[in-house]
Amino acid sequence: MNDLKEVEKIYRQEAEERLTEIEETVLEIEENPEDQEAINRLFRAVHTIKGSGAMFGFNEIAEFSHHLETTLDKVRNGELSVTKDLIDLILKSRDYINALLKGDRQEVEEGHRIIAALERLVPEAKDEVRWSAQSDSDRCEDAKETTYRIRFRPDHTLFLNGTDPIALFDELRTLGECYITPLIKDVPLLNDIDPEHCFLSWDIILTSMTAINTIKDVFIFVEDSCELEIDVIDREGDLEENKRIGEILVDRKELSGEEINKELKKQKKLGELLVESEIVDKETIGAVLTEQKQVKAVRDKRLQESNTSTIRVAADKLDTLVDLVGELVTTQARLSQFSLNHGNQGLSSIAEEMERLIAELRDNTMSMRMMPIGTTFGNFKRLVRDLSAELGKEIELVTEGAETELDKTVIERMADPLMHLIRNSIDHGIESPEKRLEAGKACKGTILLKAQYKGAYVVITIEDDGGGLKVEAIKAKAVQKGLISKDADISDKEAFNLIFAPGFSTAETVSSVSGRGVGMDVVKKTIDSLRGAIEVKSARGRGTTMMLKLPLTLAIISGLLVRVGTGHFVIPLASVEECVELTGEIAERSHGSNILNLRGEIVPYIRLRDRFGITEDKPDLEHIVITDVHGRRIGFVVDNVVGGNQTVIKSLGPAFKHMKNLSGATILGDGTVALILDVNALA
Amino acid sequence: MSKVIMTVDDSISVRQMVGFTLRREGYDVVEAVDGMDALKKLNGENPVQLIITDLNMPNMDGIELIKNVRVNPKYKFIPIIMLTTESQEDRKQAGRAAGATGWIVKPFKTEQLIGVVRKVLK
Repeated sequence: MNDLKEVEKIYRQEAEERLTEIEETVLEIEENPEDQEAINRLFRAVHTIKGSGAMFGFNEIAEFSHHLETTLDKVRNGELSVTKDLIDLILKSRDYINALLKGDRQEVEEGHRIIAALERLVPEAKDEVRWSAQSDSDRCEDAKETTYRIRFRPDHTLFLNGTDPIALFDELRTLGECYITPLIKDVPLLNDIDPEHCFLSWDIILTSMTAINTIKDVFIFVEDSCELEIDVIDREGDLEENKRIGEILVDRKELSGEEINKELKKQKKLGELLVESEIVDKETIGAVLTEQKQVKAVRDKRLQESNTSTIRVAADKLDTLVDLVGELVTTQARLSQFSLNHGNQGLSSIAEEMERLIAELRDNTMSMRMMPIGTTFGNFKRLVRDLSAELGKEIELVTEGAETELDKTVIERMADPLMHLIRNSIDHGIESPEKRLEAGKACKGTILLKAQYKGAYVVITIEDDGGGLKVEAIKAKAVQKGLISKDADISDKEAFNLIFAPGFSTAETVSSVSGRGVGMDVVKKTIDSLRGAIEVKSARGRGTTMMLKLPLTLAIISGLLVRVGTGHFVIPLASVEECVELTGEIAERSHGSNILNLRGEIVPYIRLRDRFGITEDKPDLEHIVITDVHGRRIGFVVDNVVGGNQTVIKSLGPAFKHMKNLSGATILGDGTVALILDVNALA
Repeated sequence: MSKVIMTVDDSISVRQMVGFTLRREGYDVVEAVDGMDALKKLNGENPVQLIITDLNMPNMDGIELIKNVRVNPKYKFIPIIMLTTESQEDRKQAGRAAGATGWIVKPFKTEQLIGVVRKVLK
């Protein structure tokens, strides 16, 4: 650690300066023993030498100056007067520290003599040298899942110390499953409230593997300014009956057993009853219920874990289920529309209930189709092992994010393209061990296969540390194939994209493993059909990275429904950032350049009206939907933003295959069709 | 944008160590040599999100600094960490009373510093 060496050097310099300061100040004090400012300065100098010394590993200096500091503290507080003896001792101490700093270690005896002399001056100063022993109190308790009840009642002045309770809760959340109930009974009326004071308190139920001391540590800075109680309410292995609300109340000393029994006799729901009788307020009951629920949930889970069961279901049954849910969503949209038009209250409440249930059903169904992508990763390990042996290369496949879940269909259809890309990396990407050594790389090549979530997408990355793409070879081949003209000036990125052209291959010899290029167009087609995207990055001599962006699911997406003229369109919500208004005045100000100033940022926009040749009259006030396209913001001008929409994607059929700007269609509640925009293609 | 932390200490080695540690963690660090300097720099262009201050300093000590920061409406609620030594229990209390959020006991290790910063900085 070079930086530490540097810091050490700075410490030495600083200490030397301070030692000089000590010398000067001591002489000043000798002349004028009442000079309090000089005494303070002296104390600070010693204090710094000690504090910094301990931090940078100058323990001897730190330990020694601690004794000096203790003595000087007495002087500072007027408990010890300045005498000639003391001055002599300070000067001797200064010289001793100086010697230590220079690394002269033979004078340990001298140090002891000085300390002894200092202690003679301050008899009771034989203090506990506790400070140097940084005790990291080791906790070797068995890690057991425990549920705690934390009652946190901060003083009103909590905020004035710069404490943000949310930071505390965030920290608790990192420890385990955490349920927080705020108690608002102390909040005064709006007229009397002081917004700078904290009137809330909280009941927290935490299920965690950590020891109680770790939880106490979370509150270490506030423990003096709050009431804090932490109790264990469940421990792994506890299998006693779940506690009743009354028992918990007694446990928490909110109530006595007699009070509970008295209320129980009335045979109503205890919680309601207690609130009615104003014995306990509503929030406390809420907190208690949370506690009861959490303990029960934890225990249920434990029970469940011991007998988890699964059912195997034929995949096509699942597919049918998804189709049916899709139809259901469409029908439900019609129902909502119908009830809206008729204004029948009874009907609309049923429609809303249906909407909620169907949304839940949809999520559930979708999650059934999700599979961890890791299931396909296993095949690739074998592939890499076999192929690299065949080609005499040493290659290691590293996988990350195997637990990332994707729609089953997506995973199945990606298996071949992924296989193809990995083959390419093995065959053409990674060089032979001899070549690698020549290039100064480790003789074992690495292929990284990684999956991770990014919004509504999963990004699969295939990265090799091989030779990278040869831009010149690609260009030459493209010229030969007639894809680009001979003098075409294209960027590297554009060149990389050429490899996806049909029938493209730069490999001089087509090996049994793969011919790079043959099939890359198939890879691209598959990804396109999944409404995904592929990106190539490559650095000569350092390797190639392929990034595949795939939607989580194919069947149903969240969309934003908009209207242009009489037509409806859906913009995938995953790419929508915000909506703003476009008045005629703003449009005029941009002088036809179709550029919007959005809070100081320049955002270009596209008029869907123009793009789709819609001629109907446009309203005075238009709207712009701002979207994120490949990291850039682009606006789409529409007449009206209708709102969120659960979009069941229907394909457009072969007749509209050439439509580049649309990725599908959906059926709206009133039976009309809305087209789904492909914002990536439009922009 | 990375968060800005101010370290106030008259010891250059402590400032260096704090600054070095925090910058490595991706924070921006403003250094001040004493309370006076800190107050001046707090009114600079970059808003500070956390102050780490020593207590013993010339010109204006840590306690005074904390008091002064807390009357500034802009910084009334920001977290302030004080550096104390274990022998200074009374100073720690004074710091709390003045409005400090938390403390680190010197000497400390870099991990302890980062731990406390993460704890109070949301």
